[in-house]
Amino acid sequence: MVVILDYGMGNSGSILNMIRKSGGNAKISVDPDDIKTATGFVLPGVGAFDNGMNKINSLEITALLEQRVFEEKIPFLGVCLGMQLLLNKSEEGLVKGLGWIDGEVKKFDFSDVNTRKKLKIPHMGWNLVNPTSYDNLFKGLEDEARFYYVHSYHAVCYNQENVLGTCEYGYEFASTVQNENIFGVQFHPEKSHKFGLTLFKNFLELL
Amino acid sequence: MLRTRVIPVLLLRNAGLVKGKQFKDHKYVGDPINAVKIFNEKEVDELVFLDISTTAKREDPNYELIADIASEAFMPFGYGGGINKVQQIEKLFNLGVEKTVINTAAFQNPDLIRDASSLAGAQSIVVSMDVKKNFFGSYEVYVENGQTKTKKDPVEYALEMQDLGAGELIVTSIDREGTNKGYDVDLISKVTDAVDIPVVANGGAGSIEDFAKAINQGNASAVAAGDMFTFHGKHKAVLITYPKYERLEEMLNIEDY
Repeated sequence: MVVILDYGMGNSGSILNMIRKSGGNAKISVDPDDIKTATGFVLPGVGAFDNGMNKINSLEITALLEQRVFEEKIPFLGVCLGMQLLLNKSEEGLVKGLGWIDGEVKKFDFSDVNTRKKLKIPHMGWNLVNPTSYDNLFKGLEDEARFYYVHSYHAVCYNQENVLGTCEYGYEFASTVQNENIFGVQFHPEKSHKFGLTLFKNFLELL
Repeated sequence: MLRTRVIPVLLLRNAGLVKGKQFKDHKYVGDPINAVKIFNEKEVDELVFLDISTTAKREDPNYELIADIASEAFMPFGYGGGINKVQQIEKLFNLGVEKTVINTAAFQNPDLIRDASSLAGAQSIVVSMDVKKNFFGSYEVYVENGQTKTKKDPVEYALEMQDLGAGELIVTSIDREGTNKGYDVDLISKVTDAVDIPVVANGGAGSIEDFAKAINQGNASAVAAGDMFTFHGKHKAVLITYPKYERLEEMLNIEDY
């Protein structure tokens, strides 16, 4: 059973729908009993960084999650804000991130970018992912990995080996991050048709 | 490469899908859930549902229907209609709505946009503005399903909404809506030139060439249409359609953004 960690920050319902469509079992919860027995975790999230971290911190589940994720190696997937929270910190706020992946979150900065059309922020719409590996999440998406994005901030990994996929918007940024069994995607696989379905199926295979 | 989004805008009235012309003469065209299923198969970029019965009756959104739509929509979708409180917006997000579309309440209570944006993030707050050309050829924003004048100039209004925290604008030409005569590109470019947030062109699209014009000449970030995706042929037979990805790619792909 995948536990979708519902800390009051949005899109849990859509993720549940997509996991079910992928053939998996999932439950929206933050109950420690569910966290103790979960075979996988999804951390969703829409909204501001500090707001998200404050809500997670107030639930006091971080130590339990870290035990399950780091010691028992339970697969973990952060989506959108849920990915950003995996990093150490964000330009968007002052509260410390989970720090499970070494890096930080920065706002898109196009001051050094020249394009014919002014690039809008947020980066909103369908864009390609260039995976660095097709071994896990992107298996079967060798021809095209196209996903839906909505974000104004993006990850910057301190270690290149944590970048599982990049995306180009004004410049190249890390749109998928990985540290062993911990994954994070900036885009919304739950809203990305067959591409998202494949990604969730791949995630379920890791369980 | 960020491909321009092509968005069907579907109108709801009393839980059915309807379509009209220039904000009038709405006719029943089908069942919304069925339409979502078809649009899933066709892999549409995004969907927007606007409930035109809620504003008129000053009702809450039809949460049951929206939950049904959300459970079938494997693409991003926005909902508008009857939203005038932050609590409604939170509820909509919990149901699985990605974007809330606010029209009349943005004019009547601009603080709602600020509050909603700080709660949910600008990217989820879309302001929809319906614009009509007056007798003297200047543009004016209308609210309440295009029935009420606001005396607001669309460019000033757009900037005001951006400053309040709107993350996206849907700009609809009332005069063009349902006519298939093409977008009001002049109106679209006036707004896109002024703001930094994405602008969705709406009202009047009859062909993919119209999309290309709104993007290339109007600088729209996305294009929306109703008729093109719900009707077929000159007698306007109901047929849910969506262009093939390859065709859109070929027509709308902009290499250097």
